[in-house]
Amino acid sequence: MSNIFLHDALIYLAAAVVFVPIAKKLGMGSVLGYLLGGIIIGPFFLGFIGQEGKDIMHFAEFGVVMMLFLIGLELEPSNFWRMRNLILGTGSVQLCTTTVLIFAVFLFIGFSWQAALACGLALAMSSTAIVMQTLREKGLTRTESGKSSFAVLLFQDIAVIPILALLPLLAFSAVHAPATGNATLLSGQPGWAQTLTLLGAVGLVILSGRFVIVPFLRFIARIHLRELFTAAALLIVIGTAYIMMLVGLSPALGTFLAGVVLANSEFRHELESDIEPFKGILLGLFFISVGASINFSLIVNNPLKIVALVCGIIVIKASVLFLTGKLSRLSFDQNLLFTLGLAQVGEFAFVLFSFSHQLNILSTQWTDMMMGVTAISMTVTPLLLLANERFIFPRFGTKEKEEKEADDIDVHNPVIIAGFGHFGSTLGRFLRANGINATILDNDSDRVDLLRKMGFKVFYGDATRVDILKSAGADEARVLIAAIDSPETNYDLVEKTKKLFPHLTIMVRARSRLDAYELIDMGVKDIYRESLDTSVRLGIDVLIKLGIRKYSATRAGQNFIKYDEAAMYQLAPHRHDQDTYIFNTREQIQLQEQLLTNDREVNPTLNDHAWDSDLVVNKFADDGSEH
Amino acid sequence: MNKILILFAHPRFEKSKTNRALLKNIEQRQGVTLNDLYEQYPDFNIDVDREKELLLAHQIIIWHHPLYMYSAPALLKQWIDLVLEYGWAHGKDGDFLKNKIIFNAITAGGTREVYAPGGYNRFTIKEFLVPFEQTATLCKMIYLPPFAVQGTHLLTGETLQHHVALYSALLDRLVAGDFDIEAMKKVEYLNDWLLPETGLAKP
Repeated sequence: MSNIFLHDALIYLAAAVVFVPIAKKLGMGSVLGYLLGGIIIGPFFLGFIGQEGKDIMHFAEFGVVMMLFLIGLELEPSNFWRMRNLILGTGSVQLCTTTVLIFAVFLFIGFSWQAALACGLALAMSSTAIVMQTLREKGLTRTESGKSSFAVLLFQDIAVIPILALLPLLAFSAVHAPATGNATLLSGQPGWAQTLTLLGAVGLVILSGRFVIVPFLRFIARIHLRELFTAAALLIVIGTAYIMMLVGLSPALGTFLAGVVLANSEFRHELESDIEPFKGILLGLFFISVGASINFSLIVNNPLKIVALVCGIIVIKASVLFLTGKLSRLSFDQNLLFTLGLAQVGEFAFVLFSFSHQLNILSTQWTDMMMGVTAISMTVTPLLLLANERFIFPRFGTKEKEEKEADDIDVHNPVIIAGFGHFGSTLGRFLRANGINATILDNDSDRVDLLRKMGFKVFYGDATRVDILKSAGADEARVLIAAIDSPETNYDLVEKTKKLFPHLTIMVRARSRLDAYELIDMGVKDIYRESLDTSVRLGIDVLIKLGIRKYSATRAGQNFIKYDEAAMYQLAPHRHDQDTYIFNTREQIQLQEQLLTNDREVNPTLNDHAWDSDLVVNKFADDGSEH
Repeated sequence: MNKILILFAHPRFEKSKTNRALLKNIEQRQGVTLNDLYEQYPDFNIDVDREKELLLAHQIIIWHHPLYMYSAPALLKQWIDLVLEYGWAHGKDGDFLKNKIIFNAITAGGTREVYAPGGYNRFTIKEFLVPFEQTATLCKMIYLPPFAVQGTHLLTGETLQHHVALYSALLDRLVAGDFDIEAMKKVEYLNDWLLPETGLAKP
């Protein structure tokens, strides 16, 4: 490990740790914090990082790759199908209109039509990274503007695939292999061959996702080693990205496809939470390097030109977006959010510009200029949104209340069942029979597989991991049922849930009485001992078999359960009275003794004299003797 | 100030428009306790001690229930059988409920007219409620005529609101002690006792 690596890591991490909290404190959001941090540590201010920022940017682009993998994962085909009109409608309107307008403007400036078209397509892209991060941070993903933004971004991200395929056809002479050094399978091929290779690679990703990766993950999951699964998840992302690089394609798109393919598999949530932290850090790094890569000397040399370009592009993009928003009937303030949110040029523009440059469609000077414009526009977005939030909304806005509709991207069930063994599955079946859908978490991949085949909504994952609980919808759910076999895991889950999701009602399966005591100590209100009801039911049947009438036996059972639960709460605090340490078995015996003594004192069943007319009969007998 | 205990028994409360209207915001009322029996004892396993304590803490008891097959839903009968024990509510030393006021507040699908000797149901409501009346008498309680919302299948929003207002007025006057037992005993329904005095015109 070289000194330089540690030095760089130190600077980047320090920049993140210093600037993001400041930005958050000032109400600016993390994206702006990262960008500002990048600008300040960049070559034009503190100069902690120099031109090598570009290399780091390549490395950090991996954050974008991971982000697209995650976006792909969220795109279950059924969700995609539900949003198809929104995606295709708003997406195509935005992309086509913006491209045509920018194309016309650049043609007017004096670009060749090929260069103008390439620029138009590249500049029509918005930044999925910035927008999604910002929306999530502000909790706006479920609003109308959030949905429209997602739809447009998705359409753009998908559109990059055909655009990349078509760009070679625009090249003046594809024979001129770009002198970038990293030769790929694509370079040196004629345009049609490149297009064909691309389609082949896409097909490969889809097929291998379905027939290789899922069985592979099942195999890994059966080994029950958490870090191995994380390694496998990273391997999938990096492997896909590598193959895509090899054929000269955008790795982000490859992983996006891989994500979509895996979205329907049972490993979705586990993959999501495994990749999420890596994505977060790398995306932050990406924003920092965008900030650091802004070439301020370019701005200082041609301030007017750059400012005009940035403003012009943002104005064009914003007006098209506003019209698109109008077309999809967004309310005014939702539309404003949508318009300003997507008005920047996105990270895919970097890819498209450098690709155009490689293909000699765009000159080096203009490529640099456009890269700068892209980075600046990305920095401007959070500022625009901030201005919108601070100055425009308060005046014109009628802030739409966040509505959670049933047909959102991810429908969250009101109930989460953690653990779907014999206990949880009976419970889940009962709830389903009564029309209550539960999100089920289980970490046995074989069982998950089987249950999914039976049509249950089951996710593979360790329920005590906070990120998995989050993705299972713990923020929105109302009840969490801890039905895991191991009491220790249940305790762990209860503890975390109480701390992080205090709004959730926790209902816990307890294996034994001691287990229940532990839970009472933790402040759990709803405790269900798995041994209690079943053994009392058996006891009732014993009474019946011995000739006691069924209703009397049933009442005796009901009373016993009531008495036993009351006794449980009564005895729970006293078990800590002993100062000496008692072994578990001895504690058990002592407990039994205590219970048996209690049972004798207040016999919960023998005192049942309901409907007992002996007293009345005696009264009449007494009366009779008197008279 | 009198305290009222409403012993409410309805196995399908969520489906009963009339009873939901009658009991809306009842918990906020001063001096009124709602004891929702089917919610409290879904397993019919009534906690007799709890019920006795509740009875002792209130001066006026209302058996509030729909009229099913000319009587109360099963759980209210279960309650009567279990809670009103010999030696406590009646019989030797059974004086704990003595002089408390009790009556039925019922909802019925049939109109007032069909509960008549010549009508479809052949008997009056008062006659159908005789077991309740005698139970109250056995327990040395003062039994008042019923409050009844009848023809519930035909109720429009407006007439329903009229009944809601009447029930509310009844509870108010009972809590305030603004009533004369003898005058109340003379009417067939408490509704009739309320009408002229409250100025609430029948729509």
